[in-house]
Amino acid sequence: MSALTDLTIAEARDLLAKGETSSKELTEAHIGAMEAARSLNAFITETPEKALQMAEASDKRRKAGEAGVLEGLPIGMKDLFCTEGVLTTAASHILDGFHPPYESTVSENMWNAGAVLLGKTNLDEFAMGSSNMTSHYGGVESPWRRSGDNRPLVPGGSSGGSAAAVAARCALGATGTDTGGSIRQPAAFCGIVGLKPTYGRCSRWGIVAFASSLDQAGPMTRTVRDSAIMLRAMAGYDPKDSTSVNVPVPDYEKALTGNIKGMKVGIPKEYRVEGMSEEIDQLWLKGIKWLEEAGAEVVEISLPHTRYALPTYYIIAPAEASSNLARYDGVRYGLREEGKTLDAMYEATRGRGFGAEVQRRILIGTYVLSAGYYDAYYNKARKVRSLIAGDFAKAYEKVDVILTPTAPSAAFSMGEKMDDPIAMYLLDVFTVPASLAGLPGISIPAGLSTDGLPLGLQLLGKAFDEETLIRAAGVLEEAAGFKATPAFLAV
Amino acid sequence: MSVDKETVAKIARLARVRVDESHEEALAKELSNILGWIEQLSELDTDGVEPMTSVVSMQLPLRDDKVTDGGYPDKVTANAPEAAHGFYAVPKVVE
Amino acid sequence: MSLIKGKTGEWEMVIGLEVHAQVISESKLFSGASTEFGAEPNSQVSLVDAAMPGMLPVLNKYVVEQAVRTGLGLKAKINLTSVFERKNYFYADLPQGYQISQYLHPIVGEGTIILDLENGDTREVGIERLHLEQDAGKSIHDQHPTQSYIDLNRSGVALMEIVSKPDMRSAEEAGAYLRKLRTILRYLGTCDGNMDEGSMRADVNLSVRRPGEPLGTRTETKNVNSIRFVQQAIEAEAKRQIAVLEEGGTIVQETRLFDGMTGKSRSMRSKEEAHDYRYFPDPDLLPLELDTAWVETIKVSLPELPDEKKARFVKDFGLPIYDAGVLVADRDTAAFFETVAKGRDPKLAANWLIGDYFAALNRSGADLHTAPVDAKKLGGLLDLIADGTISGRIAKEVFEEMWESGQEAGAIVEAKGLKQISDSSAIEGLVDEIIAGNPGQVEQFKGGNEKILGWFVGQVMKATQGKANPGLVNEVLRKKLG
Repeated sequence: MSALTDLTIAEARDLLAKGETSSKELTEAHIGAMEAARSLNAFITETPEKALQMAEASDKRRKAGEAGVLEGLPIGMKDLFCTEGVLTTAASHILDGFHPPYESTVSENMWNAGAVLLGKTNLDEFAMGSSNMTSHYGGVESPWRRSGDNRPLVPGGSSGGSAAAVAARCALGATGTDTGGSIRQPAAFCGIVGLKPTYGRCSRWGIVAFASSLDQAGPMTRTVRDSAIMLRAMAGYDPKDSTSVNVPVPDYEKALTGNIKGMKVGIPKEYRVEGMSEEIDQLWLKGIKWLEEAGAEVVEISLPHTRYALPTYYIIAPAEASSNLARYDGVRYGLREEGKTLDAMYEATRGRGFGAEVQRRILIGTYVLSAGYYDAYYNKARKVRSLIAGDFAKAYEKVDVILTPTAPSAAFSMGEKMDDPIAMYLLDVFTVPASLAGLPGISIPAGLSTDGLPLGLQLLGKAFDEETLIRAAGVLEEAAGFKATPAFLAV
Repeated sequence: MSVDKETVAKIARLARVRVDESHEEALAKELSNILGWIEQLSELDTDGVEPMTSVVSMQLPLRDDKVTDGGYPDKVTANAPEAAHGFYAVPKVVE
Repeated sequence: MSLIKGKTGEWEMVIGLEVHAQVISESKLFSGASTEFGAEPNSQVSLVDAAMPGMLPVLNKYVVEQAVRTGLGLKAKINLTSVFERKNYFYADLPQGYQISQYLHPIVGEGTIILDLENGDTREVGIERLHLEQDAGKSIHDQHPTQSYIDLNRSGVALMEIVSKPDMRSAEEAGAYLRKLRTILRYLGTCDGNMDEGSMRADVNLSVRRPGEPLGTRTETKNVNSIRFVQQAIEAEAKRQIAVLEEGGTIVQETRLFDGMTGKSRSMRSKEEAHDYRYFPDPDLLPLELDTAWVETIKVSLPELPDEKKARFVKDFGLPIYDAGVLVADRDTAAFFETVAKGRDPKLAANWLIGDYFAALNRSGADLHTAPVDAKKLGGLLDLIADGTISGRIAKEVFEEMWESGQEAGAIVEAKGLKQISDSSAIEGLVDEIIAGNPGQVEQFKGGNEKILGWFVGQVMKATQGKANPGLVNEVLRKKLG
């Protein structure tokens, strides 16, 4: 393994600043790693030429003394972010050949901060999934293996390509998007850090929409510090997004003081769910202990409507998705399957263009919004969502952050759970409630399962208080001392 | 709520997604399972609860009435599967 | 009440109108693309209007203000909280696959419009609601044998949908409603009301019933783009429904499409199959909250509206209600009138404007802005009548000349020597001559034939080429004929 690809963002940044390496060198090393890791299928589109151009431009800027927050750092971009002139697919057949004539706000922010695009990372189709198996471009393989077992595992989803790429050292960091856990769950499965900011913190403009009231972009990196650095570049008010919140973006790295003395950490009793493995429970207890030892005060809290979060999510997200995906109709971009009439063209295009899981969600969403069912499903779900948000609001009167496991299990084999949608949905049981409430959350690699797979702990924070969240996450990361590396590392 | 084949066909039609008839039965079962699971919500009393519209607590931003966009018809149709004379072209619509 | 006679008795129509009025604004409802009419295809389209992946709507503040202004002009309730929802359906010129509209919570609630009917009566029609929504693009079907072409220039332009209560009972009332609504929108400057450019379009909801019976099943006739067509569509649809009912049939609740070429409508039933719009609040937007103080500032900035103006014209100027109604139907006409009437006899001004002036406009095809005679010039003419410089009859001649040449009335009177003869000695001399030369007619007058006086007046006018002051002529004649 090249030493350059094993650097963290913070380390690479410091080497670049000292002139001990160049963006070009760093980028070339990562292009090599990306190519070496092709068997993982973590990227849908590699952009090595663009990467080198960007790296050279970055080195020039640095010479001119104009280094941004991510200056010269090669990263992966989830293929849900529209990138100008670069194929953008959302891992769907229906976006065949789509080259956006525009750049998403978040990616634009990152280029402005000096980042270098390595390529577009694979994901579940339209970010709908928890395994990355629903991609039209094929599933992503996790770089991890169970000890003594070479069967390929899923990286989690939907940001599975980003998680795998970062874990396998193909990219210093990568962007993800999180609708119900799509940053945090794959981060946990791949042993990296994934941060979903507060809804409204990062602009949604130019990100292919899945569920508008839930979607939020965030960083996926190997350390908490790296996530802090990357988030600062991604975040910011955007007048083009009516749900973007106009609050200043702090220097999150400064929040990493290591001091959580007196911080109140809530432990929600309702998260001790049925079917959760013993080792996850043990890890959670360890996490509590680590925070306590660092001086935090642990408080048991109640989030009574937790068990209703998943069904609520599986009404709201498909409902919004069924409408958001109506624009893929074969008229203005992407796939068109011919039909004699307009409707025949629509049905053929959408029948061929969307995969099974996306179709399933479009149908569920169409059903719950249709006449006669709106109140029983959609409006009911909006009310329960208020109750869930209310639970958190109450809890945050007493605590600063909340500690939970990220996922109820470690990664599973490719092909497993594929025939049981609900079993798949249950993977998001710990991540979905905070998504519904719009709250920030972070997953930190905190230990290994008995068969050697990474397990994550999740910290949840108050709205727009990512700083406290990052401070606590830094302490937890330090205490956990997670040093394991995946079986596959890009060479 | 149990969904039958006919309902699947109806919502697939509403959503303009072609579903093979041979697949309708299986899909009906899948959707019924999911909807049955979702229906746990009905046990919860939500009388008097205000439905959530947005998680962000702020005013809807408004923009000034100025022409700041458009004027790039080529960009608009660049990705079109079929375009002609600056228009998008679709199979003929009979009204 | 206007009833229609069918074969089996009398029927009453019940009519409600849904008007789509394009909001006057520079840019679209949710994007910064221009709203201008008639540009090259897809040139006034932003990535938002074309529904590119990841594009998001941002609401135009001025359009909101225009909707509030219209609501206030319709004496309607302004809803301080309103919600944009998505109306989901597929159509080639609807790029998002949904229209952003308002459904459960419109920006404007109930209001009223006062109709001015032909016979001078007025009648109130209720407004149910007004909401904001996006216009769709345009499909062009006649350019290619197997394809339709789509132009998105109109996609996303702001529309106000103004829904009336089912308060109208005849085609005439529907026409009066549309005219009055258009007048109000034009006064407010919120819609230009040009139906031929499509900036105002109407859907007609109509049912028929026996007088006093409950409401019948209604149909909706779409796509009616002139007031005349609306009236035609109403007459035709009422006739159709009555014929169906009188033959023992039932009316199907359906959407019909009006064809201006044939004056007929046809069922769109085939297109309707289970419309289920699946409305839900647009998650890309938040509820629209209006500030009371802001609404108040819009309210105080409203112009005087036609009903108030009409009342003032009647009260302050003593105009007949009908004349006042004619003058306020157009904001520019009313302003023109006030300029002419200022410091003059308002009735004389109204008569001239509604009579000779409107006739000249019609003849020449000019409008108030391009007419050769402006308000100041017309006022100059009226001044000459008022101070006795010219008679009313001469004034008509002078006016025609003004219209031809664009000259001031005074200059024409001067150049042509049209000044009225008000010198009683000159008139007395003329009268003496005429009496002397026509003893037969003098006899008739003395024998009690009062009508012959008119003949004498005519002779004097003839001799003076109409310039003699008619009052004075009468006075002198009576004296001399004694």
